[in-house]
Amino acid sequence: MEKREEKLLREILSLYKGKRSELIPILLRVQVNLGYLPEKARKLIASFLNIPEGEIYSVASFYAQFRLAPLGRQRVTVCRGTACHIRGAPQILEGIEQAIGIKEGETTPDLEYTLETVACIGCCALAPCIRINSHVHGEMAPERVGELFPLLSKRGQDVC
Amino acid sequence: MSARQATAHVCQGTGCISGGAEQVCSSLEAELAKLNLEGSIQIKRTGCHGFCQRGPLVVVEPEGIFYSKVQPDDVCDIVQSLLPEGKPVERLFYRTPVTDRVIPYYRDIPFYSKQQRLVLRNCGHIDPEDLDDYLAAGGYQALRRALIEMTPEQIIDEVKWSGLRGLGGAGFPAGRKWEACYRASGDEKYVICNGDEGDPGAFQDRSVMEADPHSILEGMIIAGYAVGARRGSIYVRAEYPLAVKRLRIAITQARERRFLGKDILGNAFDFDIEIFQGAGAFVCGESTALVLSIEGKRGMPKPLPRLRTAEAGLWGKPTLLNNVKTFANIPLIIAHGSEWFSRRGSEKSKGTAIFSLTARVANCGLIEVPMGTKLRQIIYDIGGGIPNGKAFKAVQTGGPSGGCLPASLLDMPVDFDSLTTAGSMMGSGGMVVMDEDTCMVDVARYFLDFTRRESCGQCVPCRVGTKQMFDILDDITLGQGKSEDIELLLELGEAIGHTSLCALGQTAPNPVLTTIRYFRDEYEAHISEKRCPAGVCPTLTSRSRE
Repeated sequence: MEKREEKLLREILSLYKGKRSELIPILLRVQVNLGYLPEKARKLIASFLNIPEGEIYSVASFYAQFRLAPLGRQRVTVCRGTACHIRGAPQILEGIEQAIGIKEGETTPDLEYTLETVACIGCCALAPCIRINSHVHGEMAPERVGELFPLLSKRGQDVC
Repeated sequence: MSARQATAHVCQGTGCISGGAEQVCSSLEAELAKLNLEGSIQIKRTGCHGFCQRGPLVVVEPEGIFYSKVQPDDVCDIVQSLLPEGKPVERLFYRTPVTDRVIPYYRDIPFYSKQQRLVLRNCGHIDPEDLDDYLAAGGYQALRRALIEMTPEQIIDEVKWSGLRGLGGAGFPAGRKWEACYRASGDEKYVICNGDEGDPGAFQDRSVMEADPHSILEGMIIAGYAVGARRGSIYVRAEYPLAVKRLRIAITQARERRFLGKDILGNAFDFDIEIFQGAGAFVCGESTALVLSIEGKRGMPKPLPRLRTAEAGLWGKPTLLNNVKTFANIPLIIAHGSEWFSRRGSEKSKGTAIFSLTARVANCGLIEVPMGTKLRQIIYDIGGGIPNGKAFKAVQTGGPSGGCLPASLLDMPVDFDSLTTAGSMMGSGGMVVMDEDTCMVDVARYFLDFTRRESCGQCVPCRVGTKQMFDILDDITLGQGKSEDIELLLELGEAIGHTSLCALGQTAPNPVLTTIRYFRDEYEAHISEKRCPAGVCPTLTSRSRE
């Protein structure tokens, strides 16, 4: 972890009292700032809360929000809610997997994209939908995948 | 330039924002400034109107003209329409999906006119970030009445007499829960609002939190006074950042006006509320798991026998845990009385039900109807029927805990008990409509894929059983089903339902059991004929088309 990140982390921890119940809020805030939960950060949080590192891992691995590896700059989240599923989310996921060349749960080596799925974004009336960072794109269609990921689909064409 | 007095309500719900509602709002502001009309035409940023499919929505009051799919380019024409000689912008009017009839006014659109909006009363009409707007709509009057005119016992009696049942899904009588928490001994008690809407296909809690946060706060404060709690928490799902933002603003405003904090409204009653953001776990909708999550632990439900959360919940103290919509109903019951409330709904389910009506239905969105409304009225009158000339096949309610109901049950009145009898449940209110192009085996597989991922893993029937059911369903959709699979699924489903620790596992087989019960022929076609009648399962589709 870089010095800058460690400083940021200490600043974040200074906002808390060090109570065990603050673990999830701390993890959420650290993740918002660092993008994921690096091992060194987990160590620091463990000593701050005076609990074993394993306990942090146990909580971080239980909840879907937490990431133990760095994420891409563009976090692409495909909703797999029921309405989205019925209206073709599996095809959208497949299209994006092809367009950016990674599978669900993976990150591109250049850290540009992370592709993940989520149980439901709550935009069911606009199904199927995806989210890129914080922006929701509703009423997705396979044709729109190319529009949203133009560079990569072009890259794909070059290969062809 | 002069204009008449008008207010443009611009929806700022998550759905409309994704369609560009923020840009619509800023263009509107710029256009009004350019023409010096800020004095006569107001812009109100409202919460979700529920008709997200048609967003971004702009409603011009006082006439109630409803504009749909508004883009920044349309703003100029909308502003022109507000000038003395202006005419409404017809191209933005709502058109009925099947008959293509043009309807200019909000109140005439069947999607709205056939609803009865109690919980959603303020959604789309008030600015959720402006406490004064909530007050102007009668907000915090119920709290005033509760604190000044009523004793805790009287409040609990009103809630009991109202017949309100918990709207988180199970339908436990709210008044009985309040009474149990009130009677539980201990000075320290908690009120928790469950906003961990984890069901895929439901978004009503999100909409209420985004569009009318003060109604939830008001309900919680009244609850705190009634059961004797001084602290409350709202557990909000991690995927709902806008709901968190709006609730934060509402809490700050309520503190400033002394609806929260010490000596509320000059009475000797202290109460404050904090927000707890969940971190993404479906099982945390279960009360004991939710409480463990707030305590900072893995959210794994506690096995029975144990004390009820009302007796021993957060930090082992008596805790009143209700859903977002349950709390949003409380101000209505206190303000209008239990008798007024209980006139609505069916015999054993009072009040209204809110559904997220989605998928293969013409009008998708959030709707509220009296309990006991028939499925047909919801899907055809409000939902506008099935689009593209397709035939209705099934409606799924209750998310992963619920089931798929066939056309023969369309005239069934919808309430807690009728849905349970039919093998489904109310759940958190998803209503997913399916047409002839939906494969019921694929739907069952989909839900088991969800539950197996979300199982917390502590009890064997749920952890291993849902995986086994998923594997069998996966095989069937791949054309590798065996003749004994249906019986095996039924047997597994019964065992998992009876032996799992918590409601997640106990209800996980429902999507499979109901699809076998009502659509057994589709399973048989997949298994014996290696054919997917709906043409969804890829391996079987190519074969059946040959």
